[in-house]
Amino acid sequence: MTGTTAIDVPTAGTAPPRRRSARGVPTSVWVVGLSVMLLASLVLAVTFGPADIRPTEVWGSILGHLGFSPTALGGEALSPLRDGIVWELRMPRVLTAAAVGAGLALSGTVMQAITRNPLADPYLLGLSSGASLGAVAVILLGLGVVLPVAAFAGAILALVATLGLAGAAGSLTPTRTVLAGLAVSSFFGALTSLIIFWSATGDTYREILSWLLGSLSGARWPAVAIGIGALVIVGIPLMLTGRTLDAFAFGDTAASALGIGVNLTRWILLTATALLTGAMVSVSGSIGFVGLILPHAVRLVAGQRNRVVLPLSALAGAIFLVWIDTGARTLFDPRELPVGILTAVVGAPVFALLLLKSRRIS
Amino acid sequence: MTDLTTNTTTDAVANASALAASRLSFRRDGKLVIDGVDVSVPVGSFGAVIGPNGAGKSTLLHLLVGTLPAESGAVLFDGSDLLELRRRDRARIVALSEQHGDGDTGLAVTDVVMLGRTPHIGRFASEGETDRRIVADALAAVGMSPFAERSFDTLSGGERQRVHLARALAQQPRLLLLDEPTNHLDVRAQLSLLSLVRAQTAAGITAIAALHDLNIAAAYADSVIVLSAGRVIAAGNVASVLTSELIGDVYGVRADVLTHPRTGRPLIAFDTT
Repeated sequence: MTGTTAIDVPTAGTAPPRRRSARGVPTSVWVVGLSVMLLASLVLAVTFGPADIRPTEVWGSILGHLGFSPTALGGEALSPLRDGIVWELRMPRVLTAAAVGAGLALSGTVMQAITRNPLADPYLLGLSSGASLGAVAVILLGLGVVLPVAAFAGAILALVATLGLAGAAGSLTPTRTVLAGLAVSSFFGALTSLIIFWSATGDTYREILSWLLGSLSGARWPAVAIGIGALVIVGIPLMLTGRTLDAFAFGDTAASALGIGVNLTRWILLTATALLTGAMVSVSGSIGFVGLILPHAVRLVAGQRNRVVLPLSALAGAIFLVWIDTGARTLFDPRELPVGILTAVVGAPVFALLLLKSRRIS
Repeated sequence: MTDLTTNTTTDAVANASALAASRLSFRRDGKLVIDGVDVSVPVGSFGAVIGPNGAGKSTLLHLLVGTLPAESGAVLFDGSDLLELRRRDRARIVALSEQHGDGDTGLAVTDVVMLGRTPHIGRFASEGETDRRIVADALAAVGMSPFAERSFDTLSGGERQRVHLARALAQQPRLLLLDEPTNHLDVRAQLSLLSLVRAQTAAGITAIAALHDLNIAAAYADSVIVLSAGRVIAAGNVASVLTSELIGDVYGVRADVLTHPRTGRPLIAFDTT
């Protein structure tokens, strides 16, 4: 006697030929393609601006500063003044934009995966605002802490406040978390403005705007060092956590049953995103929506697997912010837009779409 | 399929057990929801955990797989205490297939099953040829190979449940836990899923499922554990445990226990007059 029914039970013996992923373009092609696009964007973006500079001159300047002859590999020699514009002003700014874009997009990807919240983003959850407060406090009150460290402390404080507030109000639903983020963000933003206003040196309003909306106008080589340093130290290890993030696809219990230490992992990864966000905000102010829209854009074309989404988001974020910042400094020349205005113009509608989509799901 | 019922006519507890959990306890909000529970299931057999809503069936499974921390007790499996193992090592021995309501994963079926390889692949390594073969075999074992590249979110409840079973099988577990695997499935999908589980126990995997439907448990399980308010009320082979007295005591309903004319297993007819 047996409990077998008449239902067919397929066995491993009837397995069809093993199939490989047929999901369009292989990841490596995406990575190489976007890397080439990023390099081209870096060079091209430097040519944009009031002084008309040719790509060959940019290349010549780079070669010159790396100790080669500017004319060696198809480069073009340029005057010291033009070289100054390229090397001291535009190049560090473009590189900082790339680093910040990559860092924010990475932070957003990790936060969305680990909290299973499609609306998670360092800006919407208040991290950027907290980081701004930390950075401003150090710069204007002369507190003796290194800039990125203070920004990191601010970001962590904001993260704990947001998650604590959302958690105290019930379970951590996406909308509740975003609302808590809004409260924290507004509060920290107000404190930031207050500190700047109170210390009142120079152009207070421009200063407040550039921290609250983000600006890369002050980015020089030290900013590049902070941005790229944070990417190398925190960003690259984060890019390798894709498999762990994927394990959260069906929630905490499923991840735990797959051998992931859920709480420790979440704590480490969220701290890493706060560190990365803090470093980026300390050189750029709080630029919104980059961490929200880039990961979603990448998922639309390359699928949901985080091992793929992480590196592609970083590359796409870098390219995105390089061009958005180029727009911010050239569209209304000679006046300059805070770059966060442009990212919000693009990002807010995307946020609205995600909000509508998440309502349909729940 | 081989006949699995022969080794279940003796009392499960008397056999040399593959899984022997003893005196498991768990407290939620200060209240004991699992209270000194023993579980004993022989190698390669199918144990069903039954009991009313809130009896602690799911919680018990989560204690066995270590996704909830037991307050006290041990889970011996093949001589070692699973609760003492590192999480990752434990995930290579025990797999859990759960019910999942939400459907916005954006993953392909293959990707979902590949998640089962997580405890076997280095944290920063990528999957290899072996992993892909195991995933393909697991999909074949549940009859979902043709769906490999489909989006998981577009599958029906029964198909999803099979994919979750495949994911659990891709972990290459020796102990397979299923938390109410037949919920929300139509009858054909229920029977087909449980046949798949039986095929796995025939291959030597030990399976424990929390089940709501007593007739499903009676038709498929080798042994049953009856939970009520966090305690074991009865345990042993299906025919000796599932009596009309026990059903009356535990569920507060009247039922006659008949014998299935073709399988000889218990058949529960509820008194609805």
